[in-house]
Amino acid sequence: MAAARMARPIVRRRGRGGLPLAGWALLIVTSVIALFPMYWLFVNALTPITSTPPLTPILWPAWSLDNFRRLLSGNIYYLNWMINSMIVATAITIWHMIFDSMAGYAFAKRRFPGRNLLFWLMLSTLMIPIHVTIVPLFIVTNRLGLIDTLLAVILPGTANAFGIFLMRQFIQTLPTELEEAARMDGAGEFQVFWNVILPLCRPALAALAIFTFVRHWNDFLWPLIALTRPRNYTLTVGVANLQGEFATDYGVIFAGAALAALPMIAFFFAFQRQFLEGVRMGAVKG
Amino acid sequence: MTTIEKIEQPAGQERGTMATLRRLARKHGWSYLFVLPSLLTFSLFTLVPVLWSFIISFQRFSLARGGTWQSPLWENYQDAFTQQGGIFLIAIRNTLIYSAFTVTAAIFFGLILASLIQPLSNRLKTFFRAAYYLPAVTSALIIGMTWRYIFNAQWGFANYLLRLIDQEPIRWLSDPRIALGSITLSAVLTMPATAVVLFSAAMGSIPTEYYEAAELDGAGPITRWWRITVPLIKSTTLYLVVLYTIASFEVFERVYAMVPSGVGNSTQTIVTQIYTNGFKELDFGIASAQAFMLFLMVATVAVVQFRLLRSDVEY
Repeated sequence: MAAARMARPIVRRRGRGGLPLAGWALLIVTSVIALFPMYWLFVNALTPITSTPPLTPILWPAWSLDNFRRLLSGNIYYLNWMINSMIVATAITIWHMIFDSMAGYAFAKRRFPGRNLLFWLMLSTLMIPIHVTIVPLFIVTNRLGLIDTLLAVILPGTANAFGIFLMRQFIQTLPTELEEAARMDGAGEFQVFWNVILPLCRPALAALAIFTFVRHWNDFLWPLIALTRPRNYTLTVGVANLQGEFATDYGVIFAGAALAALPMIAFFFAFQRQFLEGVRMGAVKG
Repeated sequence: MTTIEKIEQPAGQERGTMATLRRLARKHGWSYLFVLPSLLTFSLFTLVPVLWSFIISFQRFSLARGGTWQSPLWENYQDAFTQQGGIFLIAIRNTLIYSAFTVTAAIFFGLILASLIQPLSNRLKTFFRAAYYLPAVTSALIIGMTWRYIFNAQWGFANYLLRLIDQEPIRWLSDPRIALGSITLSAVLTMPATAVVLFSAAMGSIPTEYYEAAELDGAGPITRWWRITVPLIKSTTLYLVVLYTIASFEVFERVYAMVPSGVGNSTQTIVTQIYTNGFKELDFGIASAQAFMLFLMVATVAVVQFRLLRSDVEY
């Protein structure tokens, strides 16, 4: 960045705090529009509704856990869905954290034949829509007898080059002296990576972990295809399914959707800074 | 006697493929080991499927009997367009309409909102960025479901608002003339989180000297915004246009959540077609062909971006 200072206000000081009144109005209106759907979902989830919601929309929660009770006690596999999503997202995230940083390190700091070719090949596939791969993936998964297992969702999730790109960009900024010093101290190649490079990658690893976890927790299309029995669904697929079965009990549907959104919302509040940092990191071209 | 000089190899170098491999392994073994896991999954779950998908797009494929070549080879591509009265063309058209509106809205709102929060304190900036980003961490499916209920014809919030001003209720998601519009509207009203965050970051890195100099020259706030801010964030704008365009071409969750069984052909999109053909009809050939056409569209957008970036303004 050329200047460390923030850009000066670009409008004259009018109204409160550097913005004309119209500006504030727009900010508030758009924030309300942005947050209203989530708000309404939670309000409805927290108000007992056994069939269809009332004609006058509920705008304030009744703070009742009735819907949630019905959601979790009926013959819906909601907890299974949550656990499945947890397993899938965690497994894929751990994979990416370890192996994307390994590959990113190799691409960033090590010279080897085919390095550039390989890197650009992997990067170029980022552009390919996953929809191109789902048909063959389905066929292979079917033939391997993995349909309806969590492995069918986890394995393809490990094949995403974005994390490698991110780690490479970050590791490139680390000084080479560190590795050289470590090698002179007698560290083996893997030790150099594990004990010297990796601990310095914390910000990038955090961003990678968050992005990967959220992305795979919210993933829908491939789990929809790969998982067939309701018991084995992940959370998003299960919640979508709620619309079909419980078309008459909207309270359960609202509660299901709200509860499914909650973990990510909590996650966001806890790691807000890393989230927004990660968005920036992913977008900065090398 | 003439001696024929033997060409000396450098000391210690053997020749032959085995020796070359051994040398490669010794010198670069670790490097290859480091990339091996990623390389493996990449090949198995990305590279091979993409290539195989291309092949399948020219075949008639069944799970039981495998693939047999179509004749003519491009039969699937043809059928993709002609089957069901040209539904795929309608899907493409719907997708493009959706894309035009949502990308424009995303860039427009992103730019305006980022500009509006720019002069605020850091705490307020963070607050608003979080407010706009929060919906983005929930699954598009859940957001779609919520909008489905907002647009419910009997008890939804949208028609409640209409009733408040004595208007007729609208059949948002059941009228084939406006269902696509409702879906698009819900996307337009979803504030563009990534755009706000990225524009905000880009604006923050513009040196204040530019604004000060312009102010000294008598430029008003709007002029400063138009002449300084907007041009200097051009590469961010381009990046976001591409990002949102590609994402809008691939729209699926939102549509699936809002109209699971579709409203006639009016809510078909490219990916709903791929999904229906591939996993409802189990016609893998046509689905693969359609997927590749999606790929072509996405690649075109990416290439255009690359070209435009090349001729970017230097400053």
